Amino acid sequence: MSTHITAVANAEDALPKARRIEPNVGPVVLEPLWVRTVLITIALLFLTAFLIVPLVAVFAEAFKKGWEAYIAAIIDPDAISAIKLTLITAAIAVPLNLVFGVAASWCIAKFEFRGKSILLTLIDLPFSVSPVISGLIYVLMFGAQGWFGPWLQAHDIKILFAVPGIVLATIFITFPFVARELIPLMQSQGSEEEEAAIVLGASGWNTFRRVTLPNIKWGLLYGVILCNARAMGEFGAVSVVSGHIRGETNTMPLQVEILYNEYNFAAAFAVASLLALLALVTLALKAFIEWRLNESSADDSALRSTEH
Amino acid sequence: MSAVSASAAPIKARGAPFRVMPGFKLSLGFTLFYLALIVLIPLSSVFLKTFTMTWDAFFHAVTSDRVMASYRLTFGASLIAALLNVVFGGILAWVLVRYKFPGKRIIDALVDLPFALPTAVAGITLTALYSSNGWFGQFIEGVLGIKVAFTPLGVVVALTFIGLPFVVRTVQPVLEDAEKELEEAAASLGANSLQTFTRVIFPTILPSLLTGFALAFARATGEYGSVIFIAGNMPMVSEITPLFIITKLEQYDYAGATAIAVVMLVVSFLLLLTINLLQAWTRGKGKK
Repeated sequence: MSTHITAVANAEDALPKARRIEPNVGPVVLEPLWVRTVLITIALLFLTAFLIVPLVAVFAEAFKKGWEAYIAAIIDPDAISAIKLTLITAAIAVPLNLVFGVAASWCIAKFEFRGKSILLTLIDLPFSVSPVISGLIYVLMFGAQGWFGPWLQAHDIKILFAVPGIVLATIFITFPFVARELIPLMQSQGSEEEEAAIVLGASGWNTFRRVTLPNIKWGLLYGVILCNARAMGEFGAVSVVSGHIRGETNTMPLQVEILYNEYNFAAAFAVASLLALLALVTLALKAFIEWRLNESSADDSALRSTEH
Repeated sequence: MSAVSASAAPIKARGAPFRVMPGFKLSLGFTLFYLALIVLIPLSSVFLKTFTMTWDAFFHAVTSDRVMASYRLTFGASLIAALLNVVFGGILAWVLVRYKFPGKRIIDALVDLPFALPTAVAGITLTALYSSNGWFGQFIEGVLGIKVAFTPLGVVVALTFIGLPFVVRTVQPVLEDAEKELEEAAASLGANSLQTFTRVIFPTILPSLLTGFALAFARATGEYGSVIFIAGNMPMVSEITPLFIITKLEQYDYAGATAIAVVMLVVSFLLLLTINLLQAWTRGKGKK
């Protein structure tokens, strides 16, 4: 059997295309052709039914009534204000979580301290909480019956059913994204380079800016993109704290819901198509950064192997 | 990677009393402050709120008939969806790692679509597809006579969509790292494909399959946006627990909503614990 395998590998160039299905992975595919075909077919059918057709359907439904209706739905004042609110929310939530992500990954990756694994679990916590509960906690804090409710009312500050509540819920939902990408990356890079810079007299800030930041920039961008996609698309948590005031506290996903519930399907899908477009751009950027990360880690390991 | 951490460890141990690296207090201080402000204090409000309830009121709120029906639907549909994802996600991961076919890189990138697509968009789209006059719905209803949208089956469809990337993304790296030599050895020792799969491949990917299952299940139990459009939201029939929490809130029954939220949170924390243990197991397997 094994001699047969090497024979196949050596004779690969002479074989017709069908046999050269995977030159990278190794010389052998142990399963017979029919198994491969069946598995690929099942995987592709499942993916088509669950991902590709829905994606096509978003745009098909959006353009059902033609271009004019599509444009009209998007430049509708309520839709425009929803787009604005979504952008504002992401513009506040993403930078805050970015700063947090950098701080958290700095102390976790560069230092040893007690309770680190507990801290790691706590950072991940918002991922395991239902979006509805993520909204509920801010109702309990700032609602009329909440902890700060009476005080806020006395001072005429609106958090719940207003923009601050939406921003807070979004920050909670997207809390772990940047930290989660950076922590493993910075842990794998170690801190030799930073230590060298510090010993040579660089200040902490300069070390971070000149040494750490260039090393983590792709990981950072990766986290920011995922964080942004979720911040702009969050529905459940925002729905609980928004109060659904048209033109005021509706984000794009909430606007989609309202239009849909009013049976204005074409307009709902028009706004939804913008969000689907955002998702596609996110996926494209993500694939690009993954490719860059692989490149740089390949460079890294090449460098390391020449060093040793 | 293990070589890196091994070489870094002695430096860290030696540096423990006085560190070369600056910014420990600042970064840890800010991390803890922000964590407390955004996550811990707001989350604790859920538990503190339930302390204002009597035990009877709490028990009644979390075990009423309507809420019990919603647990059955939420956990039942999540279980079915996560199992579907184990089967199809496992196949998908296998195909993406082991075979080459046209469009593979695009498909690989598309697997993350459910993470990137806002849940409300997924919800209305799946509803449009599976309703009686939708692309899939008219076929399924016409040929099989089964209604999908606005039934518990619709909930399963939405949760399957939402959980799709989890199993693929946890199994994929394990399969990539798996030593193909072992399979080749098994084959050269006379094992057939099925034996190679059950004895060599399956034990290697089992921890990651379970992790993916737990992640998909955990995500599904809390899911709201994609489900509410397709579920129909009939009390006792197709009402999921997160929606019931919102219904309680809209009736200004904050205590009732919070009580159910506590149950859901406890389940989430148990799942998180399970997932952490599974991931530790996966890593342990990977090292061997």
